[in-house]
Amino acid sequence: MNDIWIISTAILVATSSAILGSFLIMRKMAMIGDAISHAVLPGIVIAYFVTQNRTGLPVLMGAAASGLIVTSFIQFFNRRVRLQMDASIGISYTFLFALGIILISYFGSNVDLDQECVLYGEIAYVPLDQLMIGSTFIGPRQFWILFFNLILVVSAVFVAYRRLVLTSFDEGFATSAGISVVFWQYYLMGGVSLTTVVSFESVGAILVIAFLVGPAATAYLLTERLERMIILAVGMGISASILGYYLAVVTNASIAGAIATVIGIQFMLAFAVYRNKHKWRDSKHAPYDNPVKVEPE
Amino acid sequence: MTWWQEIISFFSFAEPNVEIVFWGSLLLSAVSGLVGSFTFLRKQSLIGDVIAHSVLPGICLAFLIGKEKDPTYLLIGATIAGWLSTVAVDFISSRSKIKSDTAIALVLSVFFGLGVLILTNIQHSGMANQSGLDQFIFGRASAMNPADVRVFAVVGMLITLIVLIFFRAFKLLSFDPQFAQSIGFPLDLLRVILSVITVATVAMGVQAVGVVLMSALLITPAAAARFWTDRIRVMMILAVLISAASGVIGAAISYTSSGMPTGPWIVVVLSIMALFSSLVGRNKGLLKSRLLRWSNDRKIAIENTLKSFFYLTDGFENDPGPITNKILRENSRMHPADLRRGIFYSRMKGFLKKAHGGWVLSEEGERISKETVRKHRLWELYISKYMHLKPDHVHDDAEGIEHIITPEIEAELEELLEFPETDPHDKAIPKVSR
Repeated sequence: MNDIWIISTAILVATSSAILGSFLIMRKMAMIGDAISHAVLPGIVIAYFVTQNRTGLPVLMGAAASGLIVTSFIQFFNRRVRLQMDASIGISYTFLFALGIILISYFGSNVDLDQECVLYGEIAYVPLDQLMIGSTFIGPRQFWILFFNLILVVSAVFVAYRRLVLTSFDEGFATSAGISVVFWQYYLMGGVSLTTVVSFESVGAILVIAFLVGPAATAYLLTERLERMIILAVGMGISASILGYYLAVVTNASIAGAIATVIGIQFMLAFAVYRNKHKWRDSKHAPYDNPVKVEPE
Repeated sequence: MTWWQEIISFFSFAEPNVEIVFWGSLLLSAVSGLVGSFTFLRKQSLIGDVIAHSVLPGICLAFLIGKEKDPTYLLIGATIAGWLSTVAVDFISSRSKIKSDTAIALVLSVFFGLGVLILTNIQHSGMANQSGLDQFIFGRASAMNPADVRVFAVVGMLITLIVLIFFRAFKLLSFDPQFAQSIGFPLDLLRVILSVITVATVAMGVQAVGVVLMSALLITPAAAARFWTDRIRVMMILAVLISAASGVIGAAISYTSSGMPTGPWIVVVLSIMALFSSLVGRNKGLLKSRLLRWSNDRKIAIENTLKSFFYLTDGFENDPGPITNKILRENSRMHPADLRRGIFYSRMKGFLKKAHGGWVLSEEGERISKETVRKHRLWELYISKYMHLKPDHVHDDAEGIEHIITPEIEAELEELLEFPETDPHDKAIPKVSR
């Protein structure tokens, strides 16, 4: 029974991440997702220390606050003082992450939040924390939280699908049609932050990026249409969760690490297929890739 | 012990371990500040991030093969894995429709995932000697031993030597790769050398500060230094100094308060320095650019205000009676708030004084007023003549440029236009006696 719960928890994380990730990579915002997933740490630690509760509303709010702080840091460096984007992202999230680690050391034994858990989570412990209604167990708490998150993500994307698509592909047209690009960007980032926070305990800060970006990138290689890409990405995420679980059992290792590895393998296979299909493109672009050599006269 | 006694005890190396941590942090920070300058200038700061996360599987595999934590072995494993990750990012983003940011995020997390898989496998298999391998994820500067510091010193020296030898080539590669290629620099070779020293720096640093924070050591010093100078040599020296200082301060903080990790403190100190630089830095700091904008705004407000006097008095030929605030407001195109500021600053600087129930310009004020109109009309003539614009289209452009033209440009314009007397609207261009 435990493995069913673990696999389905992983599938929930993978599904909501794959949907959001498809939009994230379309908007070239993959690294901002990376920054947010690292930067939520100090907020989570403080809220956790105050409430002694890993997954309450305060933790969510703490995470949202640090997510907002890192976004404003990035904005400050990039817009106000004109620092290049890559460096703005790099400085901002490492700063907050370092603060988070310091806070963990500071609260020390008062917080049952070890450093490993922060980076790669521990999905294997998910079944230990069961939710009770009356006197019956209805499944792991983490499972229900992630289930609720998935419903939220799916309905949020479903409701705003056309706007999200429009603002992702044609900012100019969206703006001229009176749709705020900035608003839908924050809408998407809100979904990413929420998913990151609730997935934190099971997959950790770094591996949630593999879930967000990996299946979506794999699907992107295999199709040209966004709807198909999202469905394919979800399929990839689900299969990676199942295969990854058994890989972890075989190798006696971290489940989240194994799923990320499977996601990597999926991508490599898709990449091989893509290269096979698009060989002709290289010959077309060859003059740009390899400058034409001029023979001396 | 009070805190300052502890600081003294830190810097006097009272405990033998402190000396190791001190030199380790100093060397590591200084080298990464040096190497990071190039990744920063090439706008590849996040490549450092990829490398830092990706060394993990290399370290774990090196341990699996060697069965022990020999720093040289692990360094080689880390370097190979880190280098592979940069190749993977390049390959994915150049050979498919996937953009580089997606490729970076993907490679970073998959390599790290693979590393976690191997690491947890080693831990669960209960292999001897494995304890402490996980310190590569978060880094433990306090666990550095003399062998580590020796490796740091040797690798650091090598890297510095390489940077000194290839400095000009790296500089050209960072700023103008096309030009570098056209004059026959072996671009591919240089890229490989640069990425090898970057990877080696990261591989060296992860055990002290951990995978996530290692990238900060590469990015942040150069970014902080950038706020003080435009010159690459100065920037690199500053980056090294800032980084080394943060390394030592971070180590001192973690020594004086027990249980505090060194790596995160180094990064926090670095980030605070970067934030401080971004605010008060002489080159592009917020304060500097704000002050510049304020003084510009003030200059424009003064010049526009004084210019209105020129128009009101037809070039100081006629006396329209006392010029009051009300008349200025009605006849000037300036925003009332700008006009108020213009009057205030002009009066402060003595260009404007009260007389006969209105405002009167001083001699200097009159000169500036004429000068502004002169530049305005010269520019109108210039663009109508050389850009073939109709005379009624040139005013707005001149309105902006008149505040920027320097005396040198003015002289050049004059010569080019053959010392004109009138502007395209047949109005006289005022002469200014200097």
